[in-house]
Formats: sequence, C-alpha cells, structure tokens
Amino acid sequence: MFIIDCPWCGARDQSEFSTHGEAHIVRPEDPETVDDTEWGQYVFYRNNVKGWYRERWMHAFGCRRWFNVLRNTASDAIATTYVPGAPRPSLPEDT
Amino acid sequence: MSAKPNRVGKKPPQKYSIFSLAHQAMQKHTGWQAAWRSPEPQAEYDVIIVGGGGHGLATAYYLAKETNVGRIAVLEKGWLAGGNTARNTTIIRSNYLCDESAKLYGHAHQLWEGLSQDINYNVMFSPRGVLMLSHNVHDQQVAARHFHALHLNGIESHLLGPEEIQEKVPLLNMHGRYPVLGGLYQPRAGNAHHNALAWGYARAADQMGVDIIENCGVTGFMIKNGVVKGVKTVKGVIRASKVGVVAAGHSSVLAEMAGFKMPLESMPLQAFVSEPVKPCFNTVVMSNSVHVYMSQSDKGELVIGAGSDNYVSYTQRGSFDLTDCTISPLIELYPFVSRLRMLRQWAGIVDITKDRSPIITKTPIENLYFNCGWGTGGFKATPGSGHVFAHSIAAGEMHKIAVPFGMDRFTTGALINEAAAVMH
Ligand SMILES: Cc1cc2nc3c(=O)[nH]c(=O)nc-3n(C[C@H](O)[C@H](O)[C@H](O)COP(=O)(O)OP(=O)(O)OC[C@H]3O[C@@H](n4cnc5c(N)ncnc54)[C@H](O)[C@@H]3O)c2cc1C
Ligand SMILES: [Zn+2]
Repeated sequence: MFIIDCPWCGARDQSEFSTHGEAHIVRPEDPETVDDTEWGQYVFYRNNVKGWYRERWMHAFGCRRWFNVLRNTASDAIATTYVPGAPRPSLPEDT
Repeated sequence: MSAKPNRVGKKPPQKYSIFSLAHQAMQKHTGWQAAWRSPEPQAEYDVIIVGGGGHGLATAYYLAKETNVGRIAVLEKGWLAGGNTARNTTIIRSNYLCDESAKLYGHAHQLWEGLSQDINYNVMFSPRGVLMLSHNVHDQQVAARHFHALHLNGIESHLLGPEEIQEKVPLLNMHGRYPVLGGLYQPRAGNAHHNALAWGYARAADQMGVDIIENCGVTGFMIKNGVVKGVKTVKGVIRASKVGVVAAGHSSVLAEMAGFKMPLESMPLQAFVSEPVKPCFNTVVMSNSVHVYMSQSDKGELVIGAGSDNYVSYTQRGSFDLTDCTISPLIELYPFVSRLRMLRQWAGIVDITKDRSPIITKTPIENLYFNCGWGTGGFKATPGSGHVFAHSIAAGEMHKIAVPFGMDRFTTGALINEAAAVMH
C-alpha cells in the first residue's frame, strides 16, 4: 500500500487507482507482418523487474486519466509519476 | 556416479514409526537425529535445483529416488521453504477445467494420497473436502461448467444445493449480502501441512544423498555457447551439467540472469490466521467471486486466504485495502469470525501467467529448465510438479504430462486457460 501522486489530482491513496502493467510496450506497427514469436513477446512477456519499474496506472476513482509511475518493486517506493508522452525519467541512482 | 551421501562413520538415517517414537520417549527424546544435514556445497554436481521450496525439494527427491542422474544439490537463497511453501493456505484440490490441468493436478493429487508413507513423514494430508460456493447466477453457471468438464475427465465432484451446504457448514450465513445459491464440492480434496511437506521431502531427499544448501542464493549462471555449465552463488561458483530453476516469485529475476524473459508477473498474495478455537469448521470453503477462502488448521486457527494485489511487487506484505476487501465479505459469510482476533497477516510473491497455468519448460539455454508460474495455487501440485520435472530433467525431454505446459505455448497460442479459475 502506498500513496500515488496523480499528475492531475495530486497525492492520493493507492486504492483509488487501477494498475495496468509495464509501461512503454509498443504495439507492433503492422500486426500482419509480425511473426508469432514477436507477437507472443508483445502480448505475454514482461520484464517483471525486481527494482525500478515503469508502469501504467489510472486514477480510477478520481479523474480517470492515465499516467506512468516509476516505482521500485522491491520496496514499493515511488520515484516519480509522469504523463503519457513525457520523456522517460531516468532511474534513481540508489535502490 | 553415486547418489549416496557422504555418511561415512555416521549412523544410518532414522525411520519414523510408532516404535521409534516409543524408543525415543524412553530416552527422553534425546536421540533424535537432525532431519537433514547442512553440508557445504561441492565444486560440482550433476543436477542443481535452484530454489528450496516444496517444488524444488520434491524435484530433488524424485530425481534421487527414480532417476540415476548422480549428484544432486538444492540451493536455497534463504532458509528451507521460507517462500510461498511456508506462506500458503494449503488447499489441495484437482477440480480444474482443462484436460491438461486435469492430468497434471490429478497426478499430484494421487501422489498426495500415498505421500506420508512414501517419504516416511506425516504430511497431515487431510481429504476433508473442498466446497466452492456460488453467490450469483454466473457463479452457478461456472460451477455447472466445471462439474461437466470434471465428469468427462473422471474427477468426482458434486453440485450441492443450499440445504446440503448449510448442513455441511452450519456456521455459514446463507442469506446475507452474498447469498449462497449452491456449490461445487470435491470430496477427495482437502489440505495438508505446508512445513511437513517441505521438511518431509527435504529429509527423504537428504537420506538419498541430496545436498540441501541453505543461505546459498544464486546470483548468476555460467553459460557457454548457449549451454548452462553451472551457477554463481554467494558461496562461490558451482558447476553442474543440468540446472532446474524452481524459484516461484523470483523466476523472472533468475531468467534475467540467464538473459531471457518469462511471461510472468510477480504479485503479493496475502493470507491471515485467527487465534485458535475449538473445532468448528471441518471442510475447506472457497468463495471465488469475493475472494474469501477458509479452513481450520489442526491447531484450531482459522486459515483465511485473500486475493492478490494486481501490481508487480516483491515486498511480501500485501496491501491494506485488500485485507479490508477480504475481511468484509468474510464476516458477511461467517459472522462468528467478527469476534475472533487475527494473529498473523503475511504475503508471498506469486508468479502469475496470463492463462493462470504453470510453466514447466526447457529454456533458450540448453540444459537449463524452469518450473514456475504456479502463481496463487501451486501448493496442491507440489508432488506432481516435482515428479514430472525430475523426469524431464533426467531424460532431457519433457515428461508427457508437462509437455503442454512449455513456455512455447505463449508463442503458439496453445494456452491452457484456467483464467476463469480461482486463487489457491
Ligand atoms: C498467501 C498464499 C496462499 C496460497 N494458497 C494456496 C493454496 O491454498 N493452495 C495451493 O495449492 N497453493 C497456494 N498458494 C500458492 C503456493 O504457495 C505456491 O504455488 C507454491 O508453494 C510454490 O512452491 P515453490 O516451491 O515453487 O515456491 P517457494 O516455496 O516460494 O520456493 C521458491 C524458493 O526459491 C528461492 N529462491 C528465490 N530466488 C533464489 C535465488 N536467486 N537463489 C536460490 N534460491 C532462490 C526462494 O527463497 C524460495 O524459497 C498460495 C500462495 C500464497 C502466497
Ligand atoms: Zn487524478
């Protein structure tokens, strides 16, 4: 359980948000030309990192807008949140 | 190659029985041996199992007992079976939907039934029945669908009506916010003791010469031309011809060390136990649509399982809001529980696949095998998982029950969809 800083509404309890997995996974431009291996990677394979992880959240019981979170999955500490399209923040130095 | 341990000059291993108990009682219990040795790792093994939870220990046991692979070690990062094996709610059932699952979980269920005798350790397997409640029309349709699928696979189960359920579980509130419309009952299902399973396999494997090495986390793999040659550990490099990884929530972390990804996400799953009370609840009851699972341990504690958090985390805590989401339907269904104090709450990190079926597989690295993805419900499968994994590693070819569970299914699309299924 943690507090998430919604880029639009500010700090709110995590239970107000829904979570949607790893961020920055791009759907293949032209699915027709992609082979099963690549498609499988896109649909099912995740980095599932123990450490700093960029992921998508949505403020489900608030403004209902999507954004990205940079969170450490080993401690649940959040470094920053950022809106879609914003440059990816670099990983914090320590862990 | 010899699988015999270095027991020179040591007494033969003790066999547990009523006679050894009486014998020890007369010596004031001063003569019990340690249940397993704590050896230092050797420089090389034929097979290394990474992860000393139930599945890893079972794998090592069946490797030693039923194959002739030679020297075997289990490397455990922490203490023996301190992961999900020690943290689960111990529900054992084999009423899964798909044919592939019926074979895998059915195989495990059969092994459970003779396990205490096989490993000479009382795993307290208690087939007290598992009842899954239906609270709405959709639940009832799912139950009926499972019932028919199970019937076709020869797995006995029964659809029960409200009267039969009330008789079985008198303390269940049938007419609250979550009315009980019916249920699916598997009489052969039940539970067992989590630690006994791990300790029993550890002791039996140790007696056949398996080195079980605790506090020996694996930090990397030695890989040459795409073939695994051994592991790097906090106790140094250990060479091996074959390596089997059985690391549950940390499977992706180990895969990353070997240079590939797994189709997994690791999430906290929590549970709690109450203070002990007199026997009042003699079956296992699951409410899948509200994620409440309850049974009573032999000590008298009510063991309560919750749902999993749905974000990746390795924190082994479980969030407060989920605790709340479990407690409120819990006391709706079982009002008497509201007066009980909870003694402990904890979480384990479960490795979840998109089709909610496990992965028992070869990997892009030759001679490196993974057994993972058991997610929220692998305790029940421990003996079967270990058995088919051991035979797969020994043969270099996946056991026929394991074949459909390869990670290639996430490429071919031949998923084994138990996603309609439940936690635990
Ligand atoms: C709260 C909860 C309730 C559950 N309830 C049920 C239930 O009712 N019924 C059911 O069937 N299942 C249930 N499960 C699921 C079940 O617990 C697991 O599927 C099963 O125990 C997995 O066993 P395992 O041996 O693979 O994993 P674990 O017991 O987690 O063993 C994996 C081991 O690998 C070790 N490891 C990790 N990284 C390394 C490394 N780098 N080097 C060396 N070792 C490493 C870990 O320390 C750990 O001991 C539940 C799980 C939880 C958390
Ligand atoms: Zn918001």
